[in-house]
Amino acid sequence: TELVVAEYHRKIKEAFEVFDHEANNTVDVREIGTIIRSLGCCPSEGELHDLIAEVEEEEPTGYIRYEKFLPVMTEVLLERRYRPIPEDTLLRAFEVLDPSKRGFLTREELIKYMTEEGEPFSQEEMEEMLSAAVDPESNSIHYKDYIAMMVVD
Amino acid sequence: MGSGTSTQHHFAFQNAENAFRAAALIQRWYRRYMARLEMRRHCTWRIFQSIEYAGQQDQVKLHDFFSYLVDHFTPSSNHERDFLNRMFTEERFPQDAEMEKPSDYESIEVPDNYTGPHLSFPLLPDHATALVEAFRLKQQLHARYVLNLLHETRKHLVQLPNINRVSTRYSEEVTVCGDLHGQLDDLIFIFYKNGLPSPERAYVFNGDFVDRGKDSVEILMVLFAFMLVYPKEFHLNRGNHEDYMVNLRYGFTKEVMHKYKTHGKKILKILQDVFCWLPLATLVDEKVLILHGGVSDMTDLELLAKLDRHKIVSTLRRKTRKEKGKPAPKKAGAARPTPWFLPLKKELQRTPRRETSGRKMARSLSYLSMMLMGFNTNGEQTYKVNANLSFCKMKVGNMLVKQYAHIHPPLSNKKFWNLRGSKYKHTGSNISWSLQVVDILWSDPMAQDGCKANTVRGGGCYFGPNVTEQLLQKYNLQFLIRSHECKPEGYEFCHSRKVLTIFSASNYYEVGSNRGAYVKLGPALSPHIVQYQANKATHMLTMRQRISRVEESALRSLREKLFAHSSDLLGEFKKHDTDKTGFISLSDWAEAVESVLRLGLPWRMLRPQLVSSSTDSMLEYKSWLKDLAKEQRSRENIQSSLLETLYRNRSNLETIFRIIDSDHSGFISLDEFRQTWKLFSSHMNIDITDDCICDLARSIDFNKDGHIDINEFLEAFRLVEQSCPEGDASDCPQTTDPEDGDGSKPSTQ
Repeated sequence: TELVVAEYHRKIKEAFEVFDHEANNTVDVREIGTIIRSLGCCPSEGELHDLIAEVEEEEPTGYIRYEKFLPVMTEVLLERRYRPIPEDTLLRAFEVLDPSKRGFLTREELIKYMTEEGEPFSQEEMEEMLSAAVDPESNSIHYKDYIAMMVVD
Repeated sequence: MGSGTSTQHHFAFQNAENAFRAAALIQRWYRRYMARLEMRRHCTWRIFQSIEYAGQQDQVKLHDFFSYLVDHFTPSSNHERDFLNRMFTEERFPQDAEMEKPSDYESIEVPDNYTGPHLSFPLLPDHATALVEAFRLKQQLHARYVLNLLHETRKHLVQLPNINRVSTRYSEEVTVCGDLHGQLDDLIFIFYKNGLPSPERAYVFNGDFVDRGKDSVEILMVLFAFMLVYPKEFHLNRGNHEDYMVNLRYGFTKEVMHKYKTHGKKILKILQDVFCWLPLATLVDEKVLILHGGVSDMTDLELLAKLDRHKIVSTLRRKTRKEKGKPAPKKAGAARPTPWFLPLKKELQRTPRRETSGRKMARSLSYLSMMLMGFNTNGEQTYKVNANLSFCKMKVGNMLVKQYAHIHPPLSNKKFWNLRGSKYKHTGSNISWSLQVVDILWSDPMAQDGCKANTVRGGGCYFGPNVTEQLLQKYNLQFLIRSHECKPEGYEFCHSRKVLTIFSASNYYEVGSNRGAYVKLGPALSPHIVQYQANKATHMLTMRQRISRVEESALRSLREKLFAHSSDLLGEFKKHDTDKTGFISLSDWAEAVESVLRLGLPWRMLRPQLVSSSTDSMLEYKSWLKDLAKEQRSRENIQSSLLETLYRNRSNLETIFRIIDSDHSGFISLDEFRQTWKLFSSHMNIDITDDCICDLARSIDFNKDGHIDINEFLEAFRLVEQSCPEGDASDCPQTTDPEDGDGSKPSTQ
């Protein structure tokens, strides 16, 4: 596992450095979520906040230091925490919101669920999701197609 | 039965809970998706930037290569000596009197069938507006009018001070625009959105009007026209690209010669002069300083205001014009004139204070490291180090050698370059003013305090918040506006909002890569920023599509670079493959690639896009390299190593050709081509025989007249940057062309 840990360290360093704009081994705390997620993890907002609390300074400065981030993130990767969501689980989630099994959600329904339930979207997030998800002709989201489209390598 | 209602409630509660959980899941998934897109966007940006800056370093290497030649190459014949002289001798500067000759353009007839815009002088606002409209309709201005306009422009510029002043008392608002780089669409958009220049609407254009984009000529025409029409309200600052040496490399020279085949030379000559006369900075209400690059801890505004800016022909040459009427300084015993790329000995002596040991060291070591990094060949590295060590000894003395030997390993480490700093004290009159100008045209801000040599650009410095603060306080200013760097949002504040970078060329790297922006200042001088992206197509795309497009373009460039280093990469891969299995781990792949390319990119993040096939976590590197080669078009009869070398050095080769082709005819003789190649390849450690080169040259000389058309040569090897026709990026021909077998078919465009 020494090799594994070494490789994790390199991956974490790379991801961290992308956002280390001042080249002083710190990143803005608002970018930590992006970094963690691009390393293969899929935490909820709540889990993310807990993680940030672990890596923040005693007196929060708005910046996260690499020295604190590295060990915590390594642990996360080793424990395989916050695993990504398999496609079929995602599909079932959409189906829960579509109990009559139409195969789609209306625009209004999606907005309602995403902004009122779970860990609500901001307006920006909602707009961005709608721009890609909504079929302009039917004004609805055919979620099976949508999921298939949203594959990121 | 009594449990009926509670069962309903139970179900209702269950459903609500399920809905809540389902929504949370979807949101969680979505946020991860967006985060990965965000990461890819950042990586793409890094790719573009590192390739751009690597290109700029090339320019520096090129200069160092020439100086190395001068010192080490002993011409074996008079013929070669003459050739070298021709390459290295400065051109004769046009005398000022010549420049005044109106006959330069008056003799040029405008044919009756010319359908483009006509200009008459003195220019009126309507003329300038009509010019914009004509260019929008893709018309071209006739050479006669171009020359006439340039003459009038020069006459006007000569009267201007080095630092222009604008007051919001006279113009209610001042709009400041950054780099345009030949992107006419952006300029037209700015005028459309913000309004045309007028006495109430002042404009300041902060340099870098030309190069890279395809309409540099038109941009200059419009800017100069409005400057003549509204001399008090329309201001231009010189950028580092308003420099004929830089133009040789970055496309403006090419554009002029292409659009004006008969009169292009004349136009270029007078432009050389016009650029020198451009003011260096603009001051708004004595409070906001606008200049192209930045400042240094040596920046002296009083000196900048007084110096003779016209003498600084090119900030790359770091040499200034001769005094009118004075003979050229004679080097004792030297038969040939001073090479243009080295500073005059005289100048060095004039500014001893400037050349403190630290700075000299920085410069010499910059020489060395550039050479070392440029002429990198596996296995030869040690030898090169030793050879250059003795070179170093010769040039800069023992102290330096000790220093160099001590720090050799981390030579490529950027932190090593922090040689400036508190050593440099402002002394006053002895500071070289050409270096003052270099600083304001080339410097970039950095986050840390201090002031260090800008090794990425090869000129100017990186200046920290303390330098900014010092300057603002010294001259009682509020903040600085500069350009010079592309920013994703078109603008960026730094140094606690005391420095604003404004960049007006949207989609600079690629369609969808970045926004452009301009900033408006009213009497209160609070900056109001307007962003835009001059390409309707991108608005329709989702973020995902936008990012994919830009990303694909970046990756294409990156793959090309990887291909250009195939041999080195193979060598590096083999080192990791000690058991000779033909496989290496992906981790080793990342290390190997970085050690060869040295771009400082997050290779592990980029790997999924660069390495398509890998069984488990092992990569069969030979076939990966083969796949890379297949993507690049190639001619059947060219050795792959030659092609690789050409690819790697294409910008340099093109630049060299253009320098040799001093009359801008587009042709160089076979002999000159062979000589050039010999000189160049002898220092690149290329194992290609003279015969092979001769064959190559002859095969390019299509009409067998002993001359090579430069453009044909470069085109033949796809060394010319593909420029997209107007419109959708999807209109552009894609580089990938599947070939049958082993590249036995030459591809056609």
